[in-house]
Parts: sequence; structure tokens; C-alpha cells
Amino acid sequence: MMKKLTWKHLSFVLMLAILVLLPFVNDSRTLIILLTQIFIFGILAMSYDILLGYTGIVSFGHAMFFGIGAYTTAVMLKQVDTTLSIFLLSIVVGMFLAGIVSFVVGLLTLRLKSHFFAMLTLAFSGLFLVVAEKWRSITYGNDGFTFRAPEMFKDRITFYFFVLACLVVVFIALYRFVQSPTGRILIAVRENEQRTKSLGFQTLHYKVIASIIAGTVASLAGSLYALSLRFVNTSVMTMDITLDALLMTIIGGVGTLVGPLLGAAVIEYAQHTLSGMARDYPIFERWIIFFGILYILAVIFFPKGIIGSIRFIISNWRRKLKAKRKTPPALSHEKEGFE
Amino acid sequence: MMNTLLKLHDVHTHIGQYHILQGVNFEAMEGQVSVLLGRNGAGKTTTLKTIMGLTPASQGDVQFQMQSIKKSPTHKVAKLGIGYVPENQGIFSDLTVEENMKVAMRKEDTAAMERQQYVLELFPDLKKFWKKAGGHLSGGQKQMLSMARAFINDSQLILIDEPSKGLAPIVVEKVMEAIVEMKKQTSIVLVEQNFMMASRIGDTYTLIDDGKTVHSGNMKELIQNEELKRKYLGIG
Repeated sequence: MMKKLTWKHLSFVLMLAILVLLPFVNDSRTLIILLTQIFIFGILAMSYDILLGYTGIVSFGHAMFFGIGAYTTAVMLKQVDTTLSIFLLSIVVGMFLAGIVSFVVGLLTLRLKSHFFAMLTLAFSGLFLVVAEKWRSITYGNDGFTFRAPEMFKDRITFYFFVLACLVVVFIALYRFVQSPTGRILIAVRENEQRTKSLGFQTLHYKVIASIIAGTVASLAGSLYALSLRFVNTSVMTMDITLDALLMTIIGGVGTLVGPLLGAAVIEYAQHTLSGMARDYPIFERWIIFFGILYILAVIFFPKGIIGSIRFIISNWRRKLKAKRKTPPALSHEKEGFE
Repeated sequence: MMNTLLKLHDVHTHIGQYHILQGVNFEAMEGQVSVLLGRNGAGKTTTLKTIMGLTPASQGDVQFQMQSIKKSPTHKVAKLGIGYVPENQGIFSDLTVEENMKVAMRKEDTAAMERQQYVLELFPDLKKFWKKAGGHLSGGQKQMLSMARAFINDSQLILIDEPSKGLAPIVVEKVMEAIVEMKKQTSIVLVEQNFMMASRIGDTYTLIDDGKTVHSGNMKELIQNEELKRKYLGIG
């Protein structure tokens, strides 16, 4: 059966077309690198949205999965070979490992109440960070290590297209997942876990499924991130990465999937611009302070995030338009007269 | 002779440090509307939550179809065939009416579709707002959706908590008609503050006061017993 073409489909195709054509119009190295970073963090933020936006789980340990992906790819490309097949295999291995870890961590922690869960994920993430620091023979500790990328990804534009393809595949897969019956149950869990249980669902299973999906997708983002830098160190497992994913999701709009993508774009662009301004204006050397202010303002004035606020404005506007159409002109004049 | 579907024997429930239920005895018979009555804070809602395993009993026993469900987790209790319509409707406001129904429908088989058809005839408003988000429905529509959701599975027993709460009298009338209609297909345990409503649709009653069962019997007897009504319900 043919599905109706909506403005959502059209804007998706239009956006994709722009992103595909962009490197042919403007092949600035800075722009390509910035967009690649946006795509990678967009994947990470979407994975976090599955937890926070669709299941209502606040995790402080999401960087652990990102780090697993980054280290798996880096170690395999350094220790085994620098071919494309090894790189692809490293993505699969990373996702598999992240899946197992998220399954075990989820099973152990998701029974707990949200704040205890958040604290435990932080503890697990810390544990992985310590392992990465101490297992120097493989990870080279805090110093990290560089590695060579497969031949075809030495060209930044080829890598840009590869990451874009990953982003599109992840977006479509996650979109279909949240629209599926399991996705609906996740939303029900987010709204009220007890109600969902009383409908006959073992909610823990669904939360673990969400955790596994979020973990594996975050690992993919980590693999791509490591390759984009051709370097990895313990920073990929720090709290900063989790906070970035959290803020991208909140600023873009939780529970929307597109929002976190937009959040990633806003934050990556802001980071890039503010740090760039430091060269001309010394005050921007402390750009992280301005960034903090931007976060605070966004959360205070746009609690629903960019997409959530846009949706709210549109639905308000539609409601007003509907009400206006329903009101007979004579009556509205009368009302004006009274006022 | 009618069979006992649900039996609570000397049930005690603690929520944190509070001892809420202190000896509830209750029976629900097959094909009947059994009403739990009592003043605000008497322990009626906790009794339903204890049956569902949401606030598990610390003492006593809860039996459904002669089987103890005291230690069963909530999802298993629901799967055994007990539907629950919580206080304040308990619908998922971000999901549409259709999605709310689909979430509740554990199996999308012919029988479930037939039941869905039946509830949509019972509550035509739901059909009208099929694609509307649950959060945008009126209080009465939310109540209807909540009841329809509990009915969509082949539940042998439905627990309904204060369905008339906060609703306009005309909507209460509709809800009552729906419960009477649902009674033809399933057994019902009803918690209700509105004695007028409870007395019109209930077959049996159990009075709870301070977390204990103080009286139970036939609803017709209670209607005539002014003393009981005055003492435990503040009516008359």
C-alpha cells in the first residue's frame, strides 16, 4: 500500500539532497569536518533520545558505549590492519560489545528507581574509564594513540558521505523503531511505568531493549568519531561526552529524534564558532562560560527544546486558526463591540 | 451457584512505614459488580493496588480463581485476566486513542478486534477522536478510554477505581450505562464514593473503614440499612 507523502517526507528528502550536494558546491575542509562531527554527534544524541526522550531513562553513563565503539575501532585498526573490511568489522564488534555491556548494565540497574539508576550508570562508566586508563598495553592510558585510517577514508569527502549514510540509516531505523508497537510501549513506560505494568507488560524487558539499542547506536557513533580524529584517548569515556549527548537532546527537543540532530548541529556549531572567536576577542577564550549561559537560557526559555517549541507554536497557531474559522463574523464583531 | 473469582483474606499492606490495610476481607463473585465502599482514605484504592501487585500485601492472602496471586508481579496479575482502570483515568496522554488501545491490546487477534469493535460501539466518542492524543480528551472521554482499554483484553475481572470522580452528572450516567453493559461480559470490582451510582449498579458491597473490612453483604440490604450508611458513609 502506498503511504501518503507528507511535508515531513519532503523536508527529509530536501535536507538530504542539500547535504549530498553540499560538498560539490563548497568543499571547504573546515565545513566538511564540522558537518561530519555534527552527523557523528547527531547519531550519539539520537541514541540518547531513545533512553531519555522515549523511555524516560536518565543515564549518566552513555559515554561508556561511545568509548567502547571508539576503542574497538582504534585498537583493531592499529593492531590488526587498516583495511576497510577491518574497519567495518570493528564497527560490528564494537556494537556487539556495547550491546552485551548495555544488556548486563541494564539488567543490573534498570530495576532501580531513576536517580539510583543514573548514579549506577555513572559508576559503571567510571569503571570503564579506569580500565581504559590502566590497561596501558592496549589503550596507552590517558595519552591515547594515533592510528591510520583505511585508504578510502583518507579523503575527507568520502568519509563525510560514509558518515552521512550511517546517519540516514540510523535515523530511519530508529524512526521505525519508535513507531513500532515496542516503541509505543516505551512511550507508555515513560509516561507511567505502573500503568504499563498493570496492562500486563514486564517493563524491565522494554527498558533493557531501549538500553541495548541506545548502547549499540552510541558505539557506532564512537567508532566513527575515533576514525574522524584518527586518534583515541580516555576523553571518549568521560562525563563530558554524556553531558554533550544530554544537552544536545534537551536543546533539540526530547522524544523527537529530529530534535537531537538539530541539537547536535547547534552545539557543534556554537562550540566551533565561539572557540574560533577567541582568536580575535580574548574574552572568548573562556567560551565555555558563554556556552554555559546559552544552555541555561535555552533550558529556561525553551524547555521543550527547539523542535518541541516549534511544534507547540504551530499547534497553537492551528488551534487559533480553527477557532477563528468557527466563529461567525457577525458574532466576532459583536464581541469586539462589547469589549 | 456463583463461583468466587477473587478472594482477599485478612490482607495487610504497608506503604513505606505506614500500615494502610489492616485486615481486608473481600470476595468478588463471577458475573457480578462487587462494590468497595468507604470514606476517603479508608483504603479502597490501596485494596485495588494490592490486588494488582502494585503495593504488595505484607500479610494475608489474595486469591484469583483459587490461585494465590499475593506474590505475583503486576504484569503477571494482568496477564492472568485482571484488568485495571486506575483512579484519574490513567491513560497515556502522549499516545493517540488508537495507540492507547493498541498498547493495551496484548494480542491483535480476531477476538481482540471484535472486542475493540464492541467497545467502540459502547463508547462512540472514542471512534470520533481515534487519532487524537489522549491528553487532548475531556475527562469523560479519558474515563471511557481507560475503561475501553481494560476491556480490550479478555479479562475475567475488571477493577475500576472511582469512575465518576470529577465527571459531570450526564457523563457519570453514560459511564454507569457502560459498566452495566460491560457486566454482561465480565465481572467487575468497583470502588466508588458516589453511593447513588454504586447502589444502582452494584450487586454486593464491602465496607472498608480505617483499612479494615467492617461489613459486607448484598447491596439491597445496605440500601435499606440507614444505620450502616450513616456510620460508615456519612449518608442519611
